[in-house]
Amino acid sequence: MGAGHGHRLHFHGHSPVHRAPAHLKLLALLAFVLVVVATPREWYAAYAGYLAVLLGVVALSRVPFGYLAKRMVVEVPFVVFALLVPFVATGPRTEVLGLTVSEPGLLAAWGLLAKGTLGVLASLTMAATTEPTAVLAGLQRLRMPELLVQIMGFMIRYLDVVTAEMGRMMVSMRSRGCEPRSPRHWPALARSLGALFIRSYERGERVHLAMVSRGYTGKLPSLEEQA
Amino acid sequence: MHVPDGFLDAPTSVATGVVAAGVVGLALTKARNELDDRTAPMAGLVAAFVFAAQMINFPVGAGTSGHLLGGALAAVLVGPWTGVLCISVVLLVQGLFMADGGITALGTNITLMGVVGVATGWLVFAGVRAVLPKKLGSIAPAAAVGALLSVPVAATVFTLLFAIGGQAPVETGKVFTAMVGWHLLIGVGEAVVTFLVVGSVVAARPDLVHGARGLLAGRELEIRKVAA
Repeated sequence: MGAGHGHRLHFHGHSPVHRAPAHLKLLALLAFVLVVVATPREWYAAYAGYLAVLLGVVALSRVPFGYLAKRMVVEVPFVVFALLVPFVATGPRTEVLGLTVSEPGLLAAWGLLAKGTLGVLASLTMAATTEPTAVLAGLQRLRMPELLVQIMGFMIRYLDVVTAEMGRMMVSMRSRGCEPRSPRHWPALARSLGALFIRSYERGERVHLAMVSRGYTGKLPSLEEQA
Repeated sequence: MHVPDGFLDAPTSVATGVVAAGVVGLALTKARNELDDRTAPMAGLVAAFVFAAQMINFPVGAGTSGHLLGGALAAVLVGPWTGVLCISVVLLVQGLFMADGGITALGTNITLMGVVGVATGWLVFAGVRAVLPKKLGSIAPAAAVGALLSVPVAATVFTLLFAIGGQAPVETGKVFTAMVGWHLLIGVGEAVVTFLVVGSVVAARPDLVHGARGLLAGRELEIRKVAA
């Protein structure tokens, strides 16, 4: 919610985790997180096992742990919610550190935190060890519809172009004494966003025409050969 | 905003995943009617725009901030089916490349923001547009009402899912009050930003606004005489 979305996560490397085929990594990630989610939260030993497996994969990938830890801030708003659960949950009360909290709520908060954290760490490891084009090729091998893969490909390709364009707009707004975050300046911000939409849309039209002039028929050359 | 892994139980996550896959599949065929063979580059660029717009946080109160969800905005600007595709792709990219929103919760997130958010935004927009006078000035207010309602409706659907498969013993009534109350506030911010953005695009390039298509067809070239 509060965290920015724009970091580039990929960490360049040549470890076995980096080299593993992307479609297998996607399937492994999905299976791992599904198992974690389906595990009853009272099986504490199982969670220790999951964490050990995950840390083993991180160690194997040779991505510095600090690199991943810094990026775990995406979880923060959710951690705040999980910490509130024991106070608002129903059920018998118990005393922890002088505070009265709900017992099942405490257990639920543990479950939410454990599952959420494992999920975020697993996804981060996947994102850090897999190039975006490899992920797209993997999704294509997993039979995700061609059109959806193409849309994702274009989005990833132009993400930095569009966000950088917006960044320049924000810099010029700030340098003219306008603070985009403040509701007082929303009209100016909204006109910039409107302009950004028109520019993105027109860029899309130009990209399409450029592709058509190079023989685009609605299908792209296979991503698998490039990856 | 994004539902993480483990928040809803596995059956609920899988069920919403099936719903999301079905609607996105339908949207893939329907979006071709809105954009023909331009679908891939256009939807990709609009998705990048929605992503960029979501990076702007606005203060909601109590020291926290919310950001634009963009469901109603995308629906009005590029049409509901393309809107579903754009928001879904944004969520896919955030889940797969930025670990924002759980992998197993992708279906839930797409159902809530991509399907419910866009559908509510578009249907309310279309309803309000039908009531208001048929002119370009009605587009932005109608879009604002759509945006205002789309956020709390998505929060209500989340509460329903939470009542079915939630992993925390919190009373549904409390969740409902907290979620909907909070998201009404976010909805107001969403409505103001959507109103202003749609208004500025309608003023500059009304031909690009999907929701304004019926209104532009009636305009004819007028040749004005220069005053002597």
